Amino acid sequence: MSSPIIQVENLGKSYRIQHQQRERYTALRDVISSKVRSWVQPAAQRPVGDSEEEFWAIKDLSFEVKEGDVVGIIGRNGAGKSTLLKLLSRITAPTIGRIHLRGRVATLLEVGTGFHPELTGRENVFLNGAILGMTRAEVRAKFDEIVAFAEVERFLDTPVKRYSSGMYVRLAFAVAAHLEPEILIVDEVLAVGDAEFQKKCLGKMKDVSRGGRTVLFVSHNMGIMRNVCQTGILLEQGRRVAEGRMSKVIDEYVQRSPTSTRFTANRNEDSYVTACEVRTPDGKKGPTFFTNEPLQIVVRYRNERSINGLRVGFNIALADGTILLACTPEDEGCNSCMAAGEHEVIGALEPNLFLKGLHQIHAAVWNRSDGTIYDDVRSITQFTMEAARERAYSRETVRPGLVQVPVRWSVKTI
Amino acid sequence: MSTRRQELIIETGRTEQQYWRDLWHFRELFYILAWRDILVRYKQTVIGIAWAVIRPFVTVVVFTLVFNRIAKLEAPEGIPYALFVSVAMMPWQFFASALSEASGSLLNNAGLISKVYFPRLIIPAGSVITSLVDFAITLAMLAVLMLWYQYAPDWRVLTLPLFILLAFAAALGSGLLLCALNVKYRDFRYVVPFIVQFGLYVSPVGFSSTKVPEYLRWVYDLNPMVGVIDGFRWACLKGTAPLEVHTLASSVVVTATMCIYGVWYFRRTEQTFADVI
Repeated sequence: MSSPIIQVENLGKSYRIQHQQRERYTALRDVISSKVRSWVQPAAQRPVGDSEEEFWAIKDLSFEVKEGDVVGIIGRNGAGKSTLLKLLSRITAPTIGRIHLRGRVATLLEVGTGFHPELTGRENVFLNGAILGMTRAEVRAKFDEIVAFAEVERFLDTPVKRYSSGMYVRLAFAVAAHLEPEILIVDEVLAVGDAEFQKKCLGKMKDVSRGGRTVLFVSHNMGIMRNVCQTGILLEQGRRVAEGRMSKVIDEYVQRSPTSTRFTANRNEDSYVTACEVRTPDGKKGPTFFTNEPLQIVVRYRNERSINGLRVGFNIALADGTILLACTPEDEGCNSCMAAGEHEVIGALEPNLFLKGLHQIHAAVWNRSDGTIYDDVRSITQFTMEAARERAYSRETVRPGLVQVPVRWSVKTI
Repeated sequence: MSTRRQELIIETGRTEQQYWRDLWHFRELFYILAWRDILVRYKQTVIGIAWAVIRPFVTVVVFTLVFNRIAKLEAPEGIPYALFVSVAMMPWQFFASALSEASGSLLNNAGLISKVYFPRLIIPAGSVITSLVDFAITLAMLAVLMLWYQYAPDWRVLTLPLFILLAFAAALGSGLLLCALNVKYRDFRYVVPFIVQFGLYVSPVGFSSTKVPEYLRWVYDLNPMVGVIDGFRWACLKGTAPLEVHTLASSVVVTATMCIYGVWYFRRTEQTFADVI
């Protein structure tokens, strides 16, 4: 337990982007012509910048992973997550820096790598096992377990090209899940498969880490990430921008992503949300509040004409997108203003509802009678809750759950 | 589960010591990839493995008709021309199929290369092994042919494995080089079929290498398959077709050079395969 199982120092990977060529491979013709040109023309006279540009997919990256940790790597598309996993699993070589691994690595970057459609399920289990680094003896020992996990007993001798995509994925994941490496690297592979199977896979991944093994996991599903990973690393343009407890890293991720996306299918100008803010009753504005402060959510919207059946409302969601509550004035017997003009609704919330962390608000106006959505703004504003000193509950670092609800207790000896 | 803890440092240009150990660790993959290719090759075909026999058989028949009956090329005294050609055709077809399979192997397995790690050498080597299996089947066919002509080889046939090894090495060496080049320069996709087609006529398959003029012989011997084919004839046909020492020597030297250069070039470019493919 003394030294970290994965140690990454100043890692960098650069690719050369060629602007002229469409293909990544070089044609012999180009090599010959550029060689000839370099003899004929001195270097200084050659046109620069038209052909190549260096692009660092990973840059100056250093981190450590302790044994038995489940580490989530998050970041937007192109942040370098997949490149990092490829470097760690030796699929591609780093340009600079070093990685020190103290254990056998198994990689699952794609479900069913090496599956051959013409082969049967049984044959593919052995093939895939060997590709992932298992010996035949190991596969044979686990064969029944793999088949049971994948639930494909009846189709073992059918070519996998006749499998449904669900069966295919289940079998492929089952093989990989029964590898027993010290380090397991998993890219977004759970996006496929039904909910039941996803649950099973996540369970399996938790088992793996409980067995003392280390897991590196990439996913865009923040709910899963929060659920499975203890610690996280946030990448942005190949660099690490945050590291630590997963929920904090997710908050950081959400804060850094561009805010307020309008989400209206057929946007029409009849009615739209103009502003939204979070404040306390005494006028303190965010973005940070204590968990024991009562909050007011203010939504302003504008009707260009009078609309019958208009509703306004907001959702409060966690950073990973889990919606905690959805509400509208009509819930409590108020009516949204349907007349033309600009209006404001204020929703007052009890104190001690939220846990620590980042929260976001989605605001929308829609029509109750015909279902038209006039405007729907996701993540229109965000606020962060901080532990209030006098509440023991919210000071604790880790506590399961999404919200806190004040509970009246009575304690007696019987 | 807790076997010996393996330490690994990944750095630029530092994979050498690890590599050969990995190759040993993944040794079963050779077998499994070859097994996959063989299984897959004849799936959904009606006559299945018979194709491995039909192809060389038909070629031998055509050669016999064209070169022997029409062009009046003769085999040495006492040897049926069909047998004379078969003995040469088989190692040549092994070499040709191994070379074309190996040179395309990396591209055909691009999915594997960009998604999972194992020593890449396994892929081309595995496809050469696959061709070796087909070759074993054609050898059986050769035995049947000998029975048909009631022709019994002498002790020299025991040296055959050495020439098979030479053919294997020649195919592997050039296959490694070509497949590595193919990843980067797709031009080689068009070069390989040309080599295979052309090679059949410059190698002594339809004729005896004694027909080659003496002053051209040293250039001719640079083709490693000349040594292999002459060796096959010498071993199977009781030495009636001569095997010159200089031919064999130059085949061995060229093959060894090609193997060393092939492995060296392959290893040098291997790390970038995933980025380029």
